Amino acid sequence: MRLLTLLGANLLRKPMRTSLTFVSLAIAFLLFMLLKAVSEAFSGGVSLQGLDRIVIDSKYSMTDNLPVSYVRQIRSLDEIEQVTNMSWFGGYYMEPRNTFATYPVDPESYFDVFREQAVAAETLSRFRNIRVSAVASEALAAQYGWKLGDAIHIVQDIFPLEDGSWTWQFEIAGTFEYAGGQLLLINYDYFNEAVVGWAKDQVGWLVGRVADPKAVDDTIRMIDSMFENSSDPTRTTTEDEYRRQFASQVGDVGMISSMILMAVFFTIILLTGNTAAQAFAERVPELAVMKTLGFSDRSVATLVLAEAVALCVGGGVVGVGIALLLQPVFTATLGGMIGSFDMSGWTGAYALGLASLLGLTVGAYPAVAAKRLTIVEALREG
Amino acid sequence: MSELIRCANVCKDYVRGAESIRVLRNVDLSVEDGAFVALMGPSGSGKTTLLNLIGGLDSPTSGEIEVDGLRLDAVSARCLARWRAGSVGFVFQFYNLMPVLTAERNVELPLLLTGLSRSERRRNAALALDIVGLVDRGRHKPGELSGGQQQRVAIARALVSDPRLLVCDEPTGDLDRETADEILALLQTLNRDLGKTIVMVTHDPRAADHAVVTLHMDKGKLVAPVHRADAGSEDARSVA
Ligand SMILES: Nc1ncnc2c1ncn2[C@@H]1O[C@H](COP(=O)(O)OP(=O)(O)O)[C@@H](O)[C@H]1O
Ligand SMILES: [Mg+2]
Repeated sequence: MRLLTLLGANLLRKPMRTSLTFVSLAIAFLLFMLLKAVSEAFSGGVSLQGLDRIVIDSKYSMTDNLPVSYVRQIRSLDEIEQVTNMSWFGGYYMEPRNTFATYPVDPESYFDVFREQAVAAETLSRFRNIRVSAVASEALAAQYGWKLGDAIHIVQDIFPLEDGSWTWQFEIAGTFEYAGGQLLLINYDYFNEAVVGWAKDQVGWLVGRVADPKAVDDTIRMIDSMFENSSDPTRTTTEDEYRRQFASQVGDVGMISSMILMAVFFTIILLTGNTAAQAFAERVPELAVMKTLGFSDRSVATLVLAEAVALCVGGGVVGVGIALLLQPVFTATLGGMIGSFDMSGWTGAYALGLASLLGLTVGAYPAVAAKRLTIVEALREG
Repeated sequence: MSELIRCANVCKDYVRGAESIRVLRNVDLSVEDGAFVALMGPSGSGKTTLLNLIGGLDSPTSGEIEVDGLRLDAVSARCLARWRAGSVGFVFQFYNLMPVLTAERNVELPLLLTGLSRSERRRNAALALDIVGLVDRGRHKPGELSGGQQQRVAIARALVSDPRLLVCDEPTGDLDRETADEILALLQTLNRDLGKTIVMVTHDPRAADHAVVTLHMDKGKLVAPVHRADAGSEDARSVA
């Protein structure tokens, strides 16, 4: 702790060099936060709770529908605790640029399957009892300032009403927690009743919670074999797998972001590593003097390493800080487009972990060299 | 007076590639507690090497070195480091201060290895700066000080943990005549008034005049010590 003064003073030795490195690090971590959020938005949010969940979809393509009767059949299985149906709705609110995910769902089973999306009991009961009601994720309601009882209009581009109109009206029944950003849920029963004839009695896909997560593979095989010889065969996967497939269908944004990030970090390692090596070379005589005064090999090495870590973590903190401060701006501009734009504290913590690792990587060589430095030789060279 | 430094049959080899060069050859030396020793000799004769061994910065290839009762040739590097922190102060030709720290912090640096509180450290550092006559420059960084002032700061740093022994390698080698004389006078004061034992490498015969004993090295060997009284009469004879 008492060497902290020296650490700070050393970082300020070449203010220009330190600031340039610092700014590059901050920008790299800002970029990291942005790309991470984008790639997570594309791979379906940040929830890690989907391990016991399965997704049942049409065998042929993700856009093919399944008969609504499958819900009852699958729900009756002992291996399935709960299953709920979802469909793609789409459309926009007020203006074509205001898009967000909207799903017709069964209120009761939906919130039973997606337990992490907490909803108040009164909200759920309103959602169930008012046919034309809709519930919005907190982020969505905040975005458009929706309040309980508000009437909203969604203009459709796929599903007209039975009377031929394209504008659907819903009444806001409340909000629910959703980590993925913007999401609107409407009543499947109402949707199915009001929608044009050709779209009735179909569901987009089903999501179920299995009774025994360890036997999830058997359950998946059993469900698919149930419908194998029907006109609508299914393809069942775990929720995680489903998300991965979805992400790969949209061009594997996750992979592209990872590659960009790797390039960024590779450059940063070279840049910071070069700076650290340069700073070390300049300081060989000073480090030798510290050893002369009686500082141990280890404490001198620790000082050198701590400087690299402090620089990287400092840059990381600033980059992550800026990203979190700008989050509302990004959410407003990108949120509707890609469904959700969430830079959670978790991503921030991950970034700071990465920053420490970067510091350790970059500081390792100078630290080892500092430890090995022999006083007599270093003083002779200096 | 008791003996502070004893070297017996000390040899030092440097290995350069396949060949090994003997830099010190069977050096025997005894320095009394409270002595002021000047070590002279041609460049490359092994003065710095011997000084580094006495200061515990390096270990001999063979032979014994005992300083203040500790056999430096027989202890671990870690133990040597701890010993250096408390028992010996170093002064170099090029001052070797930390450029990023103020004079005060430079002087305080060795005390970070002690159990002293922050206020005690600050007080001792101020005292050491006072001894070298630089209290008013405590807030300056080395780059803002003259060569002579920087060397005073370095001497204050060497003094601050109150060691019995100061080793100085050409402390005036980078200074003009007048400033060099001031530094030598300061070292003389430290020897006389504070009882510090000083071993000083120098090229400058006038610098050696400040010392009590002058030793000559040549090709890694020590030429018999000459006491000042004798040296004076020898000089007188050679001049005559
Ligand atoms: N680390 C080393 N490796 C190889 N040779 C060295 C090393 N240190 C000193 N020497 C050699 O030892 C000899 C004595 O050096 P040194 O003690 O510095 O002499 P002086 O201080 O008397 O000028 C010189 O020839 C020098 O080249
Ligand atoms: Mg020398």
